[in-house]
Amino acid sequence: MASQRVFSPWREAWRRFRRHRLAVFSLVLLAAIVFAVLFGKWLWPVAIDEIDFTARLARPSLAHPFGTDDLGQDLLARMIYGGRISLAVGLAAMLVALSVGTLVGAIAGMSRSWISGGLMWLTDLFLSLPSLPLLLLIIYLFREQLKAVFGLELGIFIMIVAVIGGLRWMPVARLVRAQFLSLREKEFVEAARALGASRFRQVTRHILPNALGPVIVAGTIDVAAAIIQESTLSFLGLGFPPDVPTWGRLLYDAKDYLDFAPHFALIPGAAIFLTVLSINFIGDGLRDALDPRRVQ
Amino acid sequence: MWNYLLRRILIAIPSLMGISLVLFIVLALAPGDPFSELTTNPNVPPEVAASLRAKFGLDDPILVRYWRWLLAMIHGDWGFSFASRVNVDQLILQRLPATLFVVGASQLLALAIAIPVGVIAASRPYSLFDQVANTFAFVGFSLPTFFTGLVLILVFSVQLDWLPFVFRSDIAATGWRWYWENVRQAIMPVSVLALFQASSMTRFVRSAVLDVIRLDYVTTARAKGLGEGVVIRKHVVRNALIPVVTLVALQMPAVFGGAIVTEQIFRVPGIGSLLITAILANDTPVVMSVTFVFACLVVLSNLIADILYGWLDPRIKFN
Amino acid sequence: MSDKYEHQLRKMISAVGEGRLSRRNFVRKMIAVGLTAPIASQLLTNSGIAVAQTPFKYAPTKRGGGGALKLLYWQGPTLLNPHFATGSKDQEGSRVFYEPLASWDGEGNLQAFLAAEIPSKENGGVAADNMSVTWKLKQGVKWHDGKPFTADDVVFNWEYVNDPATAAVSVGLYKDCTVEKIDTHTIKVVFKKPTPFWASAFVGFYGQIIPKHLFEDFRGAKSREAPTNLKPVGTGAFKYVDFKPGDILKAELNPDYHQQNKPHFDTLEIKGGGDAVSAARAVLQTGEYDFAWNMQVEDEILLKLEQGGKGRVDIVQGGNVEFIAINNTDPNVEVDGERSSLKTTHPTLSDKAVRQALNLLVDRNSVEKFIYGRTGKATAAFVNNPVRFRSAKTFEFNIEKANDILEKAGWVKGADGIRAKDGKKLKFLFQTSINAPRQKTQAIIKQACQKAGIDLELKSIVASVFFSSDVANPDTYPHFYADLEMFTTTQGQPDPEEFLRQFLTAEAATKDNKWQGRNLTRYRNPAFDEALKAASSELDPVKRAALLIKCNDIVIDDITVIPVLARPAVEAVANNLRCQLSSWDVLNYDNASWYREA
Repeated sequence: MASQRVFSPWREAWRRFRRHRLAVFSLVLLAAIVFAVLFGKWLWPVAIDEIDFTARLARPSLAHPFGTDDLGQDLLARMIYGGRISLAVGLAAMLVALSVGTLVGAIAGMSRSWISGGLMWLTDLFLSLPSLPLLLLIIYLFREQLKAVFGLELGIFIMIVAVIGGLRWMPVARLVRAQFLSLREKEFVEAARALGASRFRQVTRHILPNALGPVIVAGTIDVAAAIIQESTLSFLGLGFPPDVPTWGRLLYDAKDYLDFAPHFALIPGAAIFLTVLSINFIGDGLRDALDPRRVQ
Repeated sequence: MWNYLLRRILIAIPSLMGISLVLFIVLALAPGDPFSELTTNPNVPPEVAASLRAKFGLDDPILVRYWRWLLAMIHGDWGFSFASRVNVDQLILQRLPATLFVVGASQLLALAIAIPVGVIAASRPYSLFDQVANTFAFVGFSLPTFFTGLVLILVFSVQLDWLPFVFRSDIAATGWRWYWENVRQAIMPVSVLALFQASSMTRFVRSAVLDVIRLDYVTTARAKGLGEGVVIRKHVVRNALIPVVTLVALQMPAVFGGAIVTEQIFRVPGIGSLLITAILANDTPVVMSVTFVFACLVVLSNLIADILYGWLDPRIKFN
Repeated sequence: MSDKYEHQLRKMISAVGEGRLSRRNFVRKMIAVGLTAPIASQLLTNSGIAVAQTPFKYAPTKRGGGGALKLLYWQGPTLLNPHFATGSKDQEGSRVFYEPLASWDGEGNLQAFLAAEIPSKENGGVAADNMSVTWKLKQGVKWHDGKPFTADDVVFNWEYVNDPATAAVSVGLYKDCTVEKIDTHTIKVVFKKPTPFWASAFVGFYGQIIPKHLFEDFRGAKSREAPTNLKPVGTGAFKYVDFKPGDILKAELNPDYHQQNKPHFDTLEIKGGGDAVSAARAVLQTGEYDFAWNMQVEDEILLKLEQGGKGRVDIVQGGNVEFIAINNTDPNVEVDGERSSLKTTHPTLSDKAVRQALNLLVDRNSVEKFIYGRTGKATAAFVNNPVRFRSAKTFEFNIEKANDILEKAGWVKGADGIRAKDGKKLKFLFQTSINAPRQKTQAIIKQACQKAGIDLELKSIVASVFFSSDVANPDTYPHFYADLEMFTTTQGQPDPEEFLRQFLTAEAATKDNKWQGRNLTRYRNPAFDEALKAASSELDPVKRAALLIKCNDIVIDDITVIPVLARPAVEAVANNLRCQLSSWDVLNYDNASWYREA
């Protein structure tokens, strides 16, 4: 049944991942997007804030391959600049949400004491908090301090990631807990328990790998949500200043021009879509590759 | 079982009080002032805002105000809105039907789409159907609702002139026309929300079914010669439902809480638009009441989900 | 200086009196010297020159038959008692049902509603010493429940508002006067001191009158409990049908309305919620609604939407001005627990050369042309009325000249391109509220400043925080913990005296007055204080006007503010709807006269 050659689990996973054509393609696509936003400013050295009223909302052309926005600023340059922030925020916030959510969910799902109840209370509390007043409170309490400690850009970045991640971990925690409740009673876990596996080992080796499905899906959805949410934060004065062209911000700015300058909205929309698409397919590939039940 | 239920409900009371205290403090500390419009108006002397603050008890310490709120709440007095000076329960009741209708319908629609699509996609992974369903799902959650809502308005209201985009709580017609008008005006907001919900839900269902479909007992069931449909319905879906139940439980409070962005775009007079207006106007009694009811529903739906887990997987034990 | 103005004004007024100058041209000329239309027309009224007929013609020849009038407000009314109306959305809502004695029309003339005639010195209504006004009330007016409207109702409103426990927002109009009943249809407003601007109590949106018989038992602390707070019984052209706060307000024609053949529409509704752009779409593109209020939308979008062909954009001139305030104090030094303290002076902005340079670097024309379009007119004046505004003062956008001035004043460019003198750099924090046109304006100004060696750090604060009076929050506009800030200030009442108080030394916003002082720039100039004080007690309307113009000029010459645009009210109106609008009152102040052309 199993191959004669013995692979380490990671190599085995990589082997399976490679067989997933869409996942590999998506990895290349994501790498290309990352490359473009990281190095694009040298390939396309155009100022992001050069206002040109004569070229407002210009359609894509040689001078402006992605066209211009409502102030006549070059969209390609702005997409490149904003992409760095959007991608970083999306990925980092997703990681925060996933790790906090998985940790809380796993502990709540394993514990049979008051800790479980306490953590679920915390989850309920966070689910109930109205985000807007909370965000305003956070800005008010922490913005200046963070700016002072980490500097303007990094301070804002840390705050955005913490806020988005901090407000999105609850579904993950609930999902993980539900999976754990079911998995911890399954035969293979009981078998491990009977063999004297420590709790930590039960979780990391037996339960968690089987509970990853919904976590990966949640993670891929969170990237999209975080990129979009970042733009709403800037309206509250929490995000980057409104003149920083993140993708979500560009999409929002473009919405009122949708009937007469569709490119303005389509370009950031497509960028978010392609990023989400590639991350999702990579997620699919990962879950297939890491799925312990898959026997081939 | 009943014992467990009773205990959970008893625990819920102090836990809700704890949540309400935190909510109250967050709202009280959050910056903003319900009378800011007065202070920017040169014709209104500053004493007016000051005396309003005193009259509404805004200058008292937070804990005193919380205690007052809690006592009133226990007596069924929800307080009154600073902005409209109407009792909060009355405001909420006015807004509730629209939200229940629009958000409820969209949640049902989302489930009706997501479960079959997710199951079919997972039972034939990487088939054409799966690929198309996935792509739609990615479009669904990479585009924010403010964007899809606007696209629908531009196509169906502005270009084709088929649907109205201002939602009305008071359709003048009677009889069948009344129902028809209500459905017509709900089509766009419901589709926007349903698309957004269904797209992430589909992905979760697909993943949950994929987790189960490869397990041994499913292979055994197939080996017994059961038809594929029976295998999926009887053996796969039930076991894949745990994450789905979790997600539905997470979404359920939203049927009350409304959908802020979508309600705003289509002017649905629901709880979501009430909440956002109240937040922007720093109308704390309204915000507090809405979020507190929301918190109750969060706790309740969590409880229901836990009970459903036990029903779906009898091995799950709570003690 | 004020002598020169006075002389010219007297000449012009006599020209109108002798018929050599039309009333309309006079008003236009007054606007050109910085007077608002209402002041100009009050000048004429006080000088004994009759009020001209307003050009609006009401065509329908019978009451009713106009069908439904559908108004769309992106913020719906939340309460319907005019004395509690926190914002204009509420004033608009209560104005559907209630009326004042008189209102200001679009031209700034007084238009009678519940008054039988407009008081003047000629008809004996206004006392010669400006110590009192006598109003004759219209006979035969009925409340919607059939009870007659009398002087008792009017006196009651004054009592109701002045009860501190009521905390009425309209108290500003009533606190400095007493009101007496002369007979059933005559009342007298008596002032504590000579009051040149007498038309405030019972006039305009705060002047709306509520019925005594329904509110009598709900005064002071009990005021919230009045059922009629939500189900108004007024005298207006429309009667209450239904109201859901923030969502919808419905009204129907009042068959007993006191003006002949009015109203034209059988029902009226105000739907609230949503955003301004989609409200404009509902009127201009799809025609679902007849009227959309307060179109805070970039003109470029409005122009495109107007191509939908269903409606037009109406611009209503008023006194609001978008301006940049310059901090006279130092926002970066804390003294006794407050920044921007009166005990400091700004290290760099106190140099007039720097302020002059900034004034030259604000490209008002581009801001108007590319951002605000018809919804903002570039201006050099603080007190102005935009349509026909031709200021004697002019503005200029000139980067070279700004560079020149700075160079001459000793501000030299450093290696980083930023000018400095004595180690002090020209770096400013420029804050405003979050609002797309404002951010674009900031971007334009920043770019120009960069070219002149001035570095601006842009900051934008969410509007609900920026415009709040939160004492603890340093981000509010009265705290002004920044070097420059930009927003629109509203001239609610058609009289610049109140409006100009925001430059009085005594009004400076400080920690002591919990930043409720209205002087944000912390401008302190005895010459200004004196001129405004003189104006407030000057009985001769012409001399008073001259003094007020002088006040405006002192502020502008000192560059303590940089006016950017005069901002009119902007509405979307269905093509076939005829309506008379005024920005000196709520927009639907005369909805009884609105009609649909066949």
